Amino acid sequence: MTSASRHHLVTATVENKAGVLLRIAGLFSRRGYNIISLAVAPTDDERFSRVSIVVDVESNLLQQVIDQLDKLINVVAITELDPADANKAELLLATVSVGAGDQEFDDLVARVGGTIIDRGSETTMVQLAGDPAILNDFEQKLRSYGISELQRTGAVALAKLS
Amino acid sequence: MKLTGAQALIKSLERQGVEVLFGLPGGAILPVYDPIIDSSIRHILVRHEQGAGHAAEGYAQVTGRPGVAMVTSGPGATNIVTALADAYMDSVPIVVITGQVATTSMGTDAFQEVDITGITASVTKHNWLITDANDIARIVAEAFHVATTGRPGPVLIDFPKDVATATIDYEETDAHDLPGYRTAGEPDPAAIAEAVALMKSADRPVLYVGGGVIKSDAGPALARLVELTGIPVTTTLMARGAYPDSEPLHLGMPGMHGAYPAVTAIQRCDLLIALGARFDDRVTGRVEDFARDAKVIHVDIDRAEIGKVRRPDVPIVADCRLAIEELNSGLAGDPDLSIREHISTWVDTCMDWKARFPYTYEGKGESAPGVIGRIKPQFVVEELRRLTPRDTILVSGVGQHQMWAAQHWSFEEPRSWVNSGGLGTMGFAVPAALGAKVGCPEKMVWAVDGDGCFQMTAQELVTAAAEQIPVKIAILNNAYLGMVRQWQHMFYEQRYSEVYLSPDLPDYVKWAEAMGCVGIRVTDPKDVAAAIEAANAITDRPVVIDFRTDSMEQVFPMVPAGASNDDILVHPSLAGEPR
Repeated sequence: MTSASRHHLVTATVENKAGVLLRIAGLFSRRGYNIISLAVAPTDDERFSRVSIVVDVESNLLQQVIDQLDKLINVVAITELDPADANKAELLLATVSVGAGDQEFDDLVARVGGTIIDRGSETTMVQLAGDPAILNDFEQKLRSYGISELQRTGAVALAKLS
Repeated sequence: MKLTGAQALIKSLERQGVEVLFGLPGGAILPVYDPIIDSSIRHILVRHEQGAGHAAEGYAQVTGRPGVAMVTSGPGATNIVTALADAYMDSVPIVVITGQVATTSMGTDAFQEVDITGITASVTKHNWLITDANDIARIVAEAFHVATTGRPGPVLIDFPKDVATATIDYEETDAHDLPGYRTAGEPDPAAIAEAVALMKSADRPVLYVGGGVIKSDAGPALARLVELTGIPVTTTLMARGAYPDSEPLHLGMPGMHGAYPAVTAIQRCDLLIALGARFDDRVTGRVEDFARDAKVIHVDIDRAEIGKVRRPDVPIVADCRLAIEELNSGLAGDPDLSIREHISTWVDTCMDWKARFPYTYEGKGESAPGVIGRIKPQFVVEELRRLTPRDTILVSGVGQHQMWAAQHWSFEEPRSWVNSGGLGTMGFAVPAALGAKVGCPEKMVWAVDGDGCFQMTAQELVTAAAEQIPVKIAILNNAYLGMVRQWQHMFYEQRYSEVYLSPDLPDYVKWAEAMGCVGIRVTDPKDVAAAIEAANAITDRPVVIDFRTDSMEQVFPMVPAGASNDDILVHPSLAGEPR
């Protein structure tokens, strides 16, 4: 179990070229840095993608992680976002063992700003986007209903505006 | 100009100033071998692709220019991976071109297909797969730029067969599209000033000189730094020759088999000035105990080396030569230059260690130490040094012979020592010597090799004979995988497991002759000098000397793996000497 204080959010702008993810994943693997989550998608400039990595390392190792990442030729820019200075967001999808008509459950989803996006006879699929901490809390609550499938995207982030 | 991709590749290599290609053709790279016939580039046909890689490394290390190798896809490509890993560890600029199956077949497990860019991602500075022949000129320019700038290193270009056969409008270019590639800039003046201040106030400073000093051609700047300050010098395995061994202030090589004065001076110093060195575990021993009381100035061109092993007090991210020149300016500007006086007691202490704890072995100083069949290997190295020109290039493999070469040869010039430091690649010597001789044909090139190493890559002597590359190989034949034997002797209660090789199997003289070389066997210590002189006189073909050396001989000093450098074991004959 790793403590959240070891979690650091690193975002990298990378060239949109074949093999970039292999290079990043390979670097983390061979140097023993632990990836908690990794999200990647093209930016508004199609030549580049943005990679958001939540990495589990001691703070004194973080600079080493950044320096090693920065050495990759395809990594154009890299920043560490202090959680206090970043707007973070993540998406959660979950299938929960709740049938239709469970008002208490529907209220719970509505209260956190989630959406019910599908219903089976005995299951319900919900979606929630937001700060990873809120998702953690929501996930915890869903557990009491029984989660049969869960998918989270990993955090993405941008620096706060002020 | 309409060209095929293959022609464009060769043209692009010519434009980069490539004079020599070490390679071996095969199916996927076949189209590229046709325009080689019409090119000014000399192609040297190796007998195994690993040899092409190490030859390119040897060439690069002695010339400072990138070495280039070309091989086919699949096994050709995988055979050169060891050389890429070796070059990556030792920051050697080589450019490797691999053939690849046609882009239309990639991913189908086609004949001789491997994902070589994937396989080599972790052992190259960068690699490229060319999928459009119009990119050839630009990617070749980028590859040479990346290999040779910043911290140098190996790069690979994967070249599919249909890219080679495509027809394009070729345009020469030196343009790069590398938005993510930055190299270190000028040294930070504030950091330089801080470093100068530390150097002025330190009581026990020592220079820890690494391979970066050689790669940045900082030898003269380093000599000036020592002249200005009188600070004692140590040179790592990768930096032998960066500062002349004959200089009194040179304490020798630090590390596991380093010189006692070098290892101990670093342990006891209060200021460690690391120049282009990376605090390798073979230098530091147990890291927590390494130079415990020292403040550290760390100059490195690679920001990621700063603080990787040891957090420095003053980091300087810059090219070594620029940084040392700035330090020199800062020091020379001081009107009352008093460092030399200030540290005189410390230097006396270092000189005392140097006098009392030299590299030694049984019979050192005698005219013919050892007995018949058991020549002292260190003596062979000393005699080689005595009988060869000052600018001779020495190449070695990996193991005991490598350490004896690094210890007992007197290195006087940068780029006169070629070895496999970081990866420790057995079999490095023969092909690397070949490459070194191609790079510096006017210099004498000797390889000191082990019998185990020699058996791994000896086939490149066929290449050397066929191409008239007159390298000279001294096999220190102790009939064992000697370094492994030494560890089994010291740490496994002399239980020797799978280390015996036999002095006679193979017959090295016959083998040498079969490969078109002159073969000489020396069993009597008295014949060592004559054999070396005979070899020196042969200039039209390679020479191999099979020196029958003492298999009991061990490398001293030694810091056992994982131990503190304080616990350095000196040669038994010096064990009584007060520390």
